[in-house]
Amino acid sequence: MSCDQCHEREAVIHLTQIVNEQVTTLHLCEKCAAEKGVESPGSAVKTPLGSFLAAMGKGAEQLQAPRSTETCPRCGATFQDFRESGRLGCSDCYHAFEAPLRDLLRRLHGSTHHLGERYAEREPSAASNGQQAAEIREQLRLAVETENFELAAELRDRLRVLE
Amino acid sequence: MIDLSLLTDGGVGWLDASGPSSHLVLSTRIRLARNLADHVFQSRNSETEREGILNTVEQAARESVLLRRATRYRLDRLDRIDRQLLHERHLVSKELAGLEPDGRVRSGASLLIQDRIGVMLNEEDHLRIQGLHSGFALAQTYAEVDRLDAELGQRLAFAFHPEFGYLTSCPTNVGTGLRASVLIHLPGLVLTKEISKVLQGLAQVGLTHRGLYGEGSEVVGNFFQLSNQTTLGSSEQELLDHLGKMVRQVMDYEEQARQVLVRDAPTVIEDKVWRAYGLLRYARSLSFEEAMNLLSGVRLGVGVGLIPDVAMYTMNKLLVYTQPAHLAVAEGISPEDADLPLRRARFVRKVLESEVGRRG
Repeated sequence: MSCDQCHEREAVIHLTQIVNEQVTTLHLCEKCAAEKGVESPGSAVKTPLGSFLAAMGKGAEQLQAPRSTETCPRCGATFQDFRESGRLGCSDCYHAFEAPLRDLLRRLHGSTHHLGERYAEREPSAASNGQQAAEIREQLRLAVETENFELAAELRDRLRVLE
Repeated sequence: MIDLSLLTDGGVGWLDASGPSSHLVLSTRIRLARNLADHVFQSRNSETEREGILNTVEQAARESVLLRRATRYRLDRLDRIDRQLLHERHLVSKELAGLEPDGRVRSGASLLIQDRIGVMLNEEDHLRIQGLHSGFALAQTYAEVDRLDAELGQRLAFAFHPEFGYLTSCPTNVGTGLRASVLIHLPGLVLTKEISKVLQGLAQVGLTHRGLYGEGSEVVGNFFQLSNQTTLGSSEQELLDHLGKMVRQVMDYEEQARQVLVRDAPTVIEDKVWRAYGLLRYARSLSFEEAMNLLSGVRLGVGVGLIPDVAMYTMNKLLVYTQPAHLAVAEGISPEDADLPLRRARFVRKVLESEVGRRG
C-alpha cells in the first residue's frame, strides 16, 4: 500500500482518527508521518522522561502504549500527548492509561504503591472499617489479577487487621 | 514595585543562619504537590479554570489557621523584576515566576505566604504546599507543611488514587508528592575533588542534586541542593529519614575534607580564603558568579576558623542581596544595566567594611 500523502513510498503507519464521529484511516510513510507530527514506534524519544527511560535501557517506545487513538474520556488527552509533553491531562488519565503508567511508575520509583499518608483518612468523616475493607478487597482482587503478589500479601495483612 | 516588607521576615527568614548546622546548610525546603480532583491539570486547563482554582484555594486559606493572614502575590500581574525578586528569595519556582528561557507567566500563577509556609498556585500542579527553614531542619519543616496540608485537605478535594496516592501532573511526583531539598555548601569536597564521587553515591541511593535555585539551575559557589528523587513507594517519614541520614553523611565528608585541607595544605588553603576575602573587600567590579565563588571561599575561611570575624548571617545576606534583581532594586537601576558589576562590588565593600567596623 502506498502512502496517502506522497503516493510514492510504502505506507508503514496506519493512523485511525475520529473527528466529529467520522472515522478516517490514514496510511502514511514514515517521512510523511513525521511531517504530520505522528511518531512511529521506532522514532527518537523526545521527552526528558523518555530519555530517562532510554537511559534505563528500555526506551519509552517499549511501553505497552495504548493505541494512539485512545483518549482519556475526561480531558481528551492521548498517551501520545503525555509522551510528548511529559505531563498528564487530568487525574483520570491515571485510569485511562493505567497499564503503561503502572509500568512507568515502577521504573521511575521502583514501586507503584503509595505508602504515605492517605487523603481519605484525613477527612472529618473517615470511611468506616467496612468501607475500608471493601476497598482493600477490591485492590486485593486487582493485585492478584495483575500478579502483583507482594502487594497482595501486604493487602491481605491489612485486611486481617481491619477484620 | 511589590512590597516585600509585608512579609514578617521579608521572606528571607531562611537566611538568618539561626537553624541547625547553618555553617554548612543554608536552608531546608519541603514541598507537597497537590491537585484539585474536580479540575483538569495545568496542561489542559483554561484561564477561567485557573482563576477558579485560585478562588477555591484562597477561600480555603482564609478559613485556615496557618494561612489566614497570608500575603498574596499574583505573579501574572507582576513586572518581571518583581517576579525575579521573589524567585531570588527562593519563595517561588522559576516556572511559576515565568523566568524559564522560553517561559511566560501562566495566568493565575500566584503565591500565598505566611511566615515560613505557603502555597504556590497554578504551578505545574494546582498547589505546591511549601515550607522553608533556616539551616538543616527537615523534621520542623515537614511538621509545618504537613499541618498546612491537613488543614487545606479538610477544605479541598485533592486528587487521590487508592494505589498511586496523590496524583500529579508529572508521574515523577506521584504518591506522596513530597520533595525535600537541603541547600548545602560543599567547598571542601569540591577542592579535594571528592565531590563527583559523593554525588554519584547519592544518585545511587536515590537522591538527586541541583544548583542554587533548584530544578534546572547550575551549581554556583559550591552550593548544592540535595533532594529525594522518588516520591512513591516510601512513606513521607521514610523519605525524610533517608534524605536526612544521607545529608548528615555528606556533612561528615565535608568536615573531613576541610580537616584534610587544613592539615595537608594549610598555606594553600589560607592563601585561597584570604585572596577571596581580599578581592571581595577591594574589587571594583564583580559579576554575580564571581561574587558567589569568592563568597564561597570566604565562607569556607569562616567555617574552618581562618577568617574569624565575619558572621554567617553576613555571608548569607551577601548571597541574597548581590543577586541581579535584588541589587538592581536596591540601586534603583535595571538588572541589565552595564553598571551592575560596579554597584555589586561597591555594595559588597560597604557590607564588609561595616562588619570590620563593628569588630572595632
